[in-house]
Amino acid sequence: MRHCRKCTEVLIFLFALLFFLPVLFLIAGSVMGEDELLGCLGPVFGQGGGYARMAVFPSFPTIRPYVKVLLDTPEFFVMFWNSVKITAGILAGQMIFGTMAAWGLAKGSFPGRKQLLWVYIALMLMPFQVLMLSDYLVLKELGLLDSHWGLIWQGAFSAFPVFIMYRFFDGIPPEMMEAAELDGAGSFQIFRHIGLPLGRAGIFSAMVLGLLESWSMIEQPMTFLKTKSLWPLSILLPEIQEGKIGYAFAVSVLIFLPALLVFLTGQKYLEQGIEASSVKKGGN
Amino acid sequence: MKRVKKWRGALWVLPSLAGVSVFYFVPYVDVVRRSVTQNSGESFAGIRNFRELFQNEAFLLAGANTLKFMAVCIPLLLAVSLLLAVAVLRCRLAELYKWVFLLPMALPAVSVALVWKLVFHGHGILNALLGLSGRAGKDWLHSPAAFGVMVVSYLWRNTGYNMVLWMAGIRQIDGSIYEAARIDGANEIRVFTHMMLPNLKQILYTVSVLSLLNSFKVFREAYLVAGSYPDDSMYMMQHLFNNWFGALALDKMSAASVLLSLVILVFIFGLYRAWGKEMG
Repeated sequence: MRHCRKCTEVLIFLFALLFFLPVLFLIAGSVMGEDELLGCLGPVFGQGGGYARMAVFPSFPTIRPYVKVLLDTPEFFVMFWNSVKITAGILAGQMIFGTMAAWGLAKGSFPGRKQLLWVYIALMLMPFQVLMLSDYLVLKELGLLDSHWGLIWQGAFSAFPVFIMYRFFDGIPPEMMEAAELDGAGSFQIFRHIGLPLGRAGIFSAMVLGLLESWSMIEQPMTFLKTKSLWPLSILLPEIQEGKIGYAFAVSVLIFLPALLVFLTGQKYLEQGIEASSVKKGGN
Repeated sequence: MKRVKKWRGALWVLPSLAGVSVFYFVPYVDVVRRSVTQNSGESFAGIRNFRELFQNEAFLLAGANTLKFMAVCIPLLLAVSLLLAVAVLRCRLAELYKWVFLLPMALPAVSVALVWKLVFHGHGILNALLGLSGRAGKDWLHSPAAFGVMVVSYLWRNTGYNMVLWMAGIRQIDGSIYEAARIDGANEIRVFTHMMLPNLKQILYTVSVLSLLNSFKVFREAYLVAGSYPDDSMYMMQHLFNNWFGALALDKMSAASVLLSLVILVFIFGLYRAWGKEMG
């Protein structure tokens, strides 16, 4: 038995390493310097025979690729700000409309509440392709094609955060609300003093999931933004060509960095958010 | 006063509902209308658009690939992530492993596309590794093996997500039943198959539906590494929608959207039965 457990640990360790490898590869490549990269990856670019290889530890670490991206590429900053604008807009919208809707669905008692909740669930489970045409038609109608606002409004009314937050608000015991009501608290006060603090984890979870989603969105900007200067970073695919390999790596890491920071600080909420979609969440 | 009570909470939902109606429902109803009208005029076409879909080669290829992808990937993902969840919970470094397996979720598709391109290239790193064991390499992205690349990409990105879902399910099971079983002398495998699995059945459906939803997102990596017209083996429904959109084939698109949403509605109905009680 004991023997078996050791084996499992080793196996899991190797498996985890395998999962981590692409990230390691990305980071190593970004500090490697052009010559070393070409030496390793040359075969991909038709240089030298055989196959490419990759070192996890660069022999001559350098930050030159990053300097090049950050100092010599004004487009990068334009795209970075586009991403920030779109993501912030979407999150703000989800925070306002989503939180309110989740609260109403969890704690309201109006006719059709249950059915409405299912409408949100159905919407949440529709892949982008199902809604692609209708999204396009409405943005065209409203004159929001080729504008950040189109993406922001659509993201703001996404059903996913509503559902996640609903699951957390739903776990708040009704006795607390009844007590507050007896004390004469109004509906907004109950939301502010009971809903928001007790559902905080739900709001954070929805925001972390929403941020990772918006930061790396591909389909929406690709479909609805024509003007290149409006593009977010998430659709910046650097061409990998000789002489610019290090640059491509550095760009890829820089796109990843903000998401990584959110992941590192919000992993707890990310996990809770994922869990919320499968099992009921407790009070807080 | 009584009327106000009856609609308690409705006001909170109203702004969101208004937005959802404007941005999703109304245009979707319009798409349903388009799916039964002709592209050129406004005349009623009945199910003609749908019938044409099933005569369209690209649609049939994309549909078959998408179904095949789901049939291969979803069971594989469910199994791998469940085994991993059970195993990781017993590891001393459980927190670290959770972190590692979740990390791919945070990686934007453009970042990982660069890695995939270099790994799966004809002269790439995977072939170098295969070469070490004496096997011949191939151009993974431009051969039927491209389907496999998509599978790997999907598993890599979604294993952590599903693992956390399973862990939540495992945690919900009352731990004392394991203790009792172990005291009775049941071995680990028996505990797993006889105690854990039956108890996880109730979240199996939820995890499957979420995996299905996430399976559509594999398009991101597939598109970024292989473009609009990749190898036939990885030509998915999502590619088709994207290409029809580019060609403004709106009647085909609307029929396909309606069809796809109907298929998904069937799954949602299953979810309704699985979650029915809980959603009270």
